[in-house]
Amino acid sequence: MTEEQIKQQIEHQFGYLKDAVVIKRARRLWLDVPMDKFEEVFVYLTEAMPLVRLLTITGMDEGTTFGIIYHLAAESGIILNLRIHIPRENPAIQSMTSKFSCADIYEREIKDLLGIQVLGLPEGRRYPLTDNWPDGEYPLRKDWKGLSTEKKGGTLNAQ
Amino acid sequence: MPNKIRKLPDSGDVQVPIGPQHPSLKEPESFLLTLRGEKITAASVRLGYNHRGIEKACEERTYIQDLYLIERVCGICSHAHLTCFVQAVEEIAAIEVPKRAQYIRVVVGELERIHSHLLWLGVAGHEIGFDTLLMYSWRDREIVMDILADLAGNRVHYGVTTYGGVKRDITPEQIKDVLKAVDTLEERTKYYIELAKNEETIIKRLSGVGMLKHDDALRLGAVGPTARAGGVDRDTRRDDPYAAYPEMKFKVVIDDHADVYGRTLVRMGELMEAYSIIRQALTNMPEGVFRVRAPRRIPAGEATGRYEAPRGEDVHYVKSNGSDKPERVKIRAPTLANIQAVTHMLEDRYLADMPIVVAAIDPCFSCTDRLIGIKDLRTDKKQTLDWDNLRLSGIKWYQKRGVDFSRLNEKLKRSFK
Repeated sequence: MTEEQIKQQIEHQFGYLKDAVVIKRARRLWLDVPMDKFEEVFVYLTEAMPLVRLLTITGMDEGTTFGIIYHLAAESGIILNLRIHIPRENPAIQSMTSKFSCADIYEREIKDLLGIQVLGLPEGRRYPLTDNWPDGEYPLRKDWKGLSTEKKGGTLNAQ
Repeated sequence: MPNKIRKLPDSGDVQVPIGPQHPSLKEPESFLLTLRGEKITAASVRLGYNHRGIEKACEERTYIQDLYLIERVCGICSHAHLTCFVQAVEEIAAIEVPKRAQYIRVVVGELERIHSHLLWLGVAGHEIGFDTLLMYSWRDREIVMDILADLAGNRVHYGVTTYGGVKRDITPEQIKDVLKAVDTLEERTKYYIELAKNEETIIKRLSGVGMLKHDDALRLGAVGPTARAGGVDRDTRRDDPYAAYPEMKFKVVIDDHADVYGRTLVRMGELMEAYSIIRQALTNMPEGVFRVRAPRRIPAGEATGRYEAPRGEDVHYVKSNGSDKPERVKIRAPTLANIQAVTHMLEDRYLADMPIVVAAIDPCFSCTDRLIGIKDLRTDKKQTLDWDNLRLSGIKWYQKRGVDFSRLNEKLKRSFK
């Protein structure tokens, strides 16, 4: 399937995605979908289309929203970057581990570093921050300024 | 993370934590294994002990500073990460990279693959107690390290790739040196392939260990030689070509053993392909400039790049905002994609296979306890043995099977008196 065929089939299947698929260069497609339509598009892309691999999931802080990109790939080398925007208030996404078990570690990373809840994520240990990392500190958020560097103990400041 | 060996109350299985600090671990990582007898029934892994916040640090530095930071993501695939990142930035800024630079990137990339695969071969040899192989392959690895040091000025962080090309050109003398070294390495690799195909220690110790079949590799998202040894026909260099790979002739090495032995054969095959790619690149190296000027401020945009690192597919996502610092950098290293496969490979295997399956772990239990509880799995009968009785029962077990050292022991005792 070529990039153009993938674009046409998506637009044919979902009327509201007219002109939403952007072909930036050979083998690279970009698609933004509304949050409430994400699951049906994701299932269609990975089951009815040749996009059988999940390369990784990128989460990012966009100011008023969070952006989540699912990098899907076909065996032919085509990558489709499927993006959703979720509100900053009580951010949450659905876990895709039932479809791709490899999503597990990528979702844990988003949960730890951006503070986005992942609904349906199986029980397991956190990744990548330490077990004693303070609550409510999310390093990849743009307004995060780092943990306090106040020194405890030592003799540097002793009079 | 529990830090003690403990017995699970209902099943009587034993849970053993290995890591994050363990004498045999090359890097901090932590495994929690559930054992029934000698067999691993469940395994889970905790990563993150090496998390240095590089993605966040990249956002706070300029693109030029990020060149040096990204290269330090890994101490072995440094060229892979750097080139993957630079290619994504070049895509955003629409920088046309000169042909000669593309070729040099391929040469260094393949030399790095040789260095990484020879290193792996040595580590694998060490983990199965075949240290001669470690000595041999690491001796030969020095040849490629010297070549890299000659080309780049450094043995590990080459710093060859930069925005718009490469930092250093290759001289005709260097081309001659590399070709000569490649001939030597090819000769040696042929010997290792011969060894892997005929040496019984390797075949018996690696066959059937760490199975990852085709469908499991696909399901768990495995990449690189780990997946290719299970017959997964995937290679980013061919499927999503970059640099000068579209002009190179090479075959993707796959194997159907689906175990550690298969992974050894795949890596050895990839070494042979790497020699051929380097020869093609050096003999057909186009003339011309090796770098074009790149802007300090990258226009707003985003790109997803892929690169076939020695360990598998590397993925970088870069988003720029028009300033001289990136808005977001995301790195997915091959090991993160393979980590689920590792736990799958460990399950239902013997504990003794763990070192070679993980190729990083060598657990030591003889020092943990001197009083041993034994449960017969067939009869459920329990008994407790102290260290001497355990030894005695071991001696009896062997005597029954015709291995008897009692006369030798007597002789030794007498000679020590």
